[in-house]
Amino acid sequence: MTFEYAPAPESRSLVDIASSYGLFIDGEFTEPVDGGSFKTTNPATEEVLSEVSEAGADDVDRAVRAARSAYERVWGPMSGRDRAKYLFRIARLIQERSRELAVLETLDNGKPIRESRDVDLPLVAAHFFYHAGWADKLEHAGYGPDPRPIGVAAQVIPWNFPLLMLAWKIAPALACGNTVVLKPAETTPLSALAFADICRQADLPPGVVNILTGAGETGRLLVEHPGVDKVAFTGSTDVGKSIMRSAAGTSKRLTLELGGKAANVIFDDAPIDQAVEGVVNGIFFNQGHVCCAGSRLLVQESVAEEVVASLKRRLGTLRLGDPLDKNTDIGAINSAAQLARIDALVKSGEDEGADRWSAPCAIPERGWWFPPTVFTGVTQAHRIAREEIFGPVLSVLTFRTPDEAVEKANNTPYGLSAGIWTEKGSRILWMAERLRAGVVWANTFNRFDPASPFGGYKESGFGREGGVQGLGAYLTTEEGR
Amino acid sequence: MSVPSDQPKEGTSGPVDRLEVRKTYKLFIGGAFPRSESGRTYEVTSAAGVFLANAAKASRKDGRDAVLAARKAFGGWSAATAYNRGQVLYRVAEVMEGRRAQFVADVRDAEGLDDAAAGRQVDAAVDRWVWYAGWADKLAQALGSANPVAGPYFNFSIPEPTGVVAAVAPQDSSLLGLVSVIAPTIVSGNAVIVVASTLRPLPAISLAEALATSDVPAGVVNILTGDPVEIMPWLASHADVNAVDLTGIVDREVATALERDAAGTLSRVRRPEPDSDWSTDPGLSRIRSVVETKTVWHPMGV
Amino acid sequence: MTVDLSLPDASPGSLRRFLHGLPGVDEVGAQARAAALGTRSIKTTAKAWAIDTAIGMVDLTTLEGMDTPGKVRAMCAKALRPDPTDPTTPSVAAVCVYGDLVGVAREVVGDAVHVAAVATAFPSGRASLDVKLIDTKEAVAAGADEIDMVIDRGAFLAGDYALVHDEIVAVKQACGSAHLKVILETGELRTLDNVRRASWLAMLAGADFIKTSTGKISPAATPPVTLVMLEAVRDFHEATGQLIGVKAAGGIRTSKDAIKYLVLVNETVGDAWLTPDLFRFGASTLLNDLLLQRQRLATGHYSGPDYVTID
Repeated sequence: MTFEYAPAPESRSLVDIASSYGLFIDGEFTEPVDGGSFKTTNPATEEVLSEVSEAGADDVDRAVRAARSAYERVWGPMSGRDRAKYLFRIARLIQERSRELAVLETLDNGKPIRESRDVDLPLVAAHFFYHAGWADKLEHAGYGPDPRPIGVAAQVIPWNFPLLMLAWKIAPALACGNTVVLKPAETTPLSALAFADICRQADLPPGVVNILTGAGETGRLLVEHPGVDKVAFTGSTDVGKSIMRSAAGTSKRLTLELGGKAANVIFDDAPIDQAVEGVVNGIFFNQGHVCCAGSRLLVQESVAEEVVASLKRRLGTLRLGDPLDKNTDIGAINSAAQLARIDALVKSGEDEGADRWSAPCAIPERGWWFPPTVFTGVTQAHRIAREEIFGPVLSVLTFRTPDEAVEKANNTPYGLSAGIWTEKGSRILWMAERLRAGVVWANTFNRFDPASPFGGYKESGFGREGGVQGLGAYLTTEEGR
Repeated sequence: MSVPSDQPKEGTSGPVDRLEVRKTYKLFIGGAFPRSESGRTYEVTSAAGVFLANAAKASRKDGRDAVLAARKAFGGWSAATAYNRGQVLYRVAEVMEGRRAQFVADVRDAEGLDDAAAGRQVDAAVDRWVWYAGWADKLAQALGSANPVAGPYFNFSIPEPTGVVAAVAPQDSSLLGLVSVIAPTIVSGNAVIVVASTLRPLPAISLAEALATSDVPAGVVNILTGDPVEIMPWLASHADVNAVDLTGIVDREVATALERDAAGTLSRVRRPEPDSDWSTDPGLSRIRSVVETKTVWHPMGV
Repeated sequence: MTVDLSLPDASPGSLRRFLHGLPGVDEVGAQARAAALGTRSIKTTAKAWAIDTAIGMVDLTTLEGMDTPGKVRAMCAKALRPDPTDPTTPSVAAVCVYGDLVGVAREVVGDAVHVAAVATAFPSGRASLDVKLIDTKEAVAAGADEIDMVIDRGAFLAGDYALVHDEIVAVKQACGSAHLKVILETGELRTLDNVRRASWLAMLAGADFIKTSTGKISPAATPPVTLVMLEAVRDFHEATGQLIGVKAAGGIRTSKDAIKYLVLVNETVGDAWLTPDLFRFGASTLLNDLLLQRQRLATGHYSGPDYVTID
């Protein structure tokens, strides 16, 4: 008897998308002065969703000046208690409009509605709640008796978790008393523009939050603007390096959250079914568009065959398709460009002799899609073991002993996250101690929380977001940093 | 170094008929005192212009060797217990205290201070070591946390040393400033390569002697004398250096260029602080610059 | 090269080594997986299919001290004809009663549905093996074609796996041609590791079905427990080729719950198990909720308690 799940679409009418949007500067939407406009599409259907503005140099300048003015006159002098109240209002509004925002996120990004509804949006609200509570308690955060904000923060975020990345940036910045100019990714501007509307509903003073849509050039203009005191960037390692170069010699504070090539380590005594679930979660959640994705499976050689067989069996139940369908597990790839990158790296994997297996999925005609794919017979010397693919592609390598697992896991310029699967508690802590990664998940994966600091070692960037440690990026103390 | 006597005049010996044995000032790498592989030296004069010594002029290869030594030392030093590291730092203070007179003379000559003022610098430097020694076994509590995540997970964050740090010591404060750069870097378990003040390097080598005899494992601290402008680009761009501390870089353009070099491998950068008052409470900022926060999630289930 | 599971023989040492060598279950992970599967949205045609399938999988149950022949007759009539106003409604899979009322049940249902009897000193299982075997034989003789036995949880928790194993073997023999469901009473086993081990133990000893609970204590059936049992059944099939069924009993009251279990089955062992021969619900109030939902889908409006029978 086959159990066919009937279509279960979330209602698109929950959200109203305007045909065009201006830039959000100083509390209102305004046409760009010297920029242009560009379209944003639904990657599952290739349909155009809206036309958004591209901020040019003068627009960036306007926004930075608005943020500066708001910082000096309103937000900087404001008491922590009042800042907290604004942030609590924003958190509540996000909760109220959660479903609408989830649908919007799915339309613009391509991720399944179940994820934007059950993972992204709850975390977004939680981040604002958590940081609201810090705003009036900063003297207890371990940064001295009177930590002060830095000033105006330029924040550039990626397309993989648009609203969540916005929350990770804006919530701590505002809680600590800074004002912000944020640029969402060019392929996913809509939820940030909806956030601007939430700021309006919360009566947030003009200029505290400014949203500039645009592409790489807008981002560059923003982070290089001399009126900016702090730069926070999440995105590719290459762009992170060039931002760091451009900030050199200035007094701009900088935090970067960049790429990763995380190792998910499965030992012979791992809880196999949960470990397989963790692998699936690690690399196929969000179509693999996650900086901390567990893109390398390091499995103990003695159980490799069994684990891979279980994994393939499990992948056979993943449902790829319409992101608005509540039963979809794997949504669309965010853009044609990203799909091309994935294709190229996958081809290199095949060319370099690894064995490719893809889950049998019906691929829709329109839109950009990639089936969950597993490469076995991969070694450290393969490109697919080294470079970040940022797609639903898993590379499987083996190891013999815990020492070897540590060596292979750490043998990468990246250091964002890692996973450990074993039933032996002492081994978990032994491994966690040795893995050079900013986030270590033991017998779990891809867990996030505003109280839990997130960030990388090595070329995965520096600085942390979340937790008391994340506040430091947005504070100045007596001793300078 | 002059023999302590009733007439401690720069560069001269005490009793007139005994010729002093003058010290050769070499680099401090991997617990040993090698000359620069380039064979170069440069003249070091006192604040008043009197010849003091020829110091080794470190080359990029010395820097390279120092990085190797530091990386080799990092594993053991970071794996030592915090308690152990604290004891080692305290021992450095003990040994320095024992050599107080030597340091006073060095600082006096280098900075042109009188004995009393130099003495205050040395005392402050020793006290600073003691202060940092006391931090070793408390950092995890000050910088770490148990995080109350919304789910059945035990989630904790701990500070970890970033690895190998290349630092430029302050140009003016030849001992107190130097110590204020080294101690916070190694207390958490990092290994450091320090380029000493170009014009006032000799207290740094005396410090190296104290470090070499106070249980600091070889390679944890490496001291190079010479021109940071020449050596630092190699260290800032070095893929096996995790962080650079540009405290002693005076020229803004040089600092900018070094920051750009560091960007090539995402080394963490601490920007220069030209007007530091080394007498004030350092706080945790310097320690923070060279630690990474690691956060671990573990499900709590039966 | 397939992995050789090296199934144990029935000796105590061999059983113990095998069971203790099974992979552990991370409780938090298993709960998360079960919860995630619970977010599947089953609508329209899928929902209609699921409701009918679920009805056909119900073991309609009464296991009370105050059961009378009258009560059993009423329930059996409902088992045959769950909705007297809608003859398209499927009948249930079985009725489930105490052994001494099997005869009454069989009179009413004839051969139309299975008659399952609980046996072996249900629900506690605390009696001698002889008593348990007589309990079983009498139920079979009275006409039960399915026996729901309980394992000796005390022996299991004390590590006497051989005793648990041998009892199941003996009861299976006493069943003759009747099918044997082995109740693990997961609420007393407490950990998912124990659930996995008990599942394997029961299957190795010859169970035709493994069943979660007696329904007499809480917690009874839960999605994570059922998930682990389904995984065990899947792995056992891979190792031996045998198809063993799973019965989730106790605490499943609504159609929504039932559909979640069907999703669990579908995405853990696959749709070959979506048949009453391999999956059952042990329930009493569930049936009425399934009927209410069925009526809503058929008529387009919400139904009410007056439109389903109380048996």
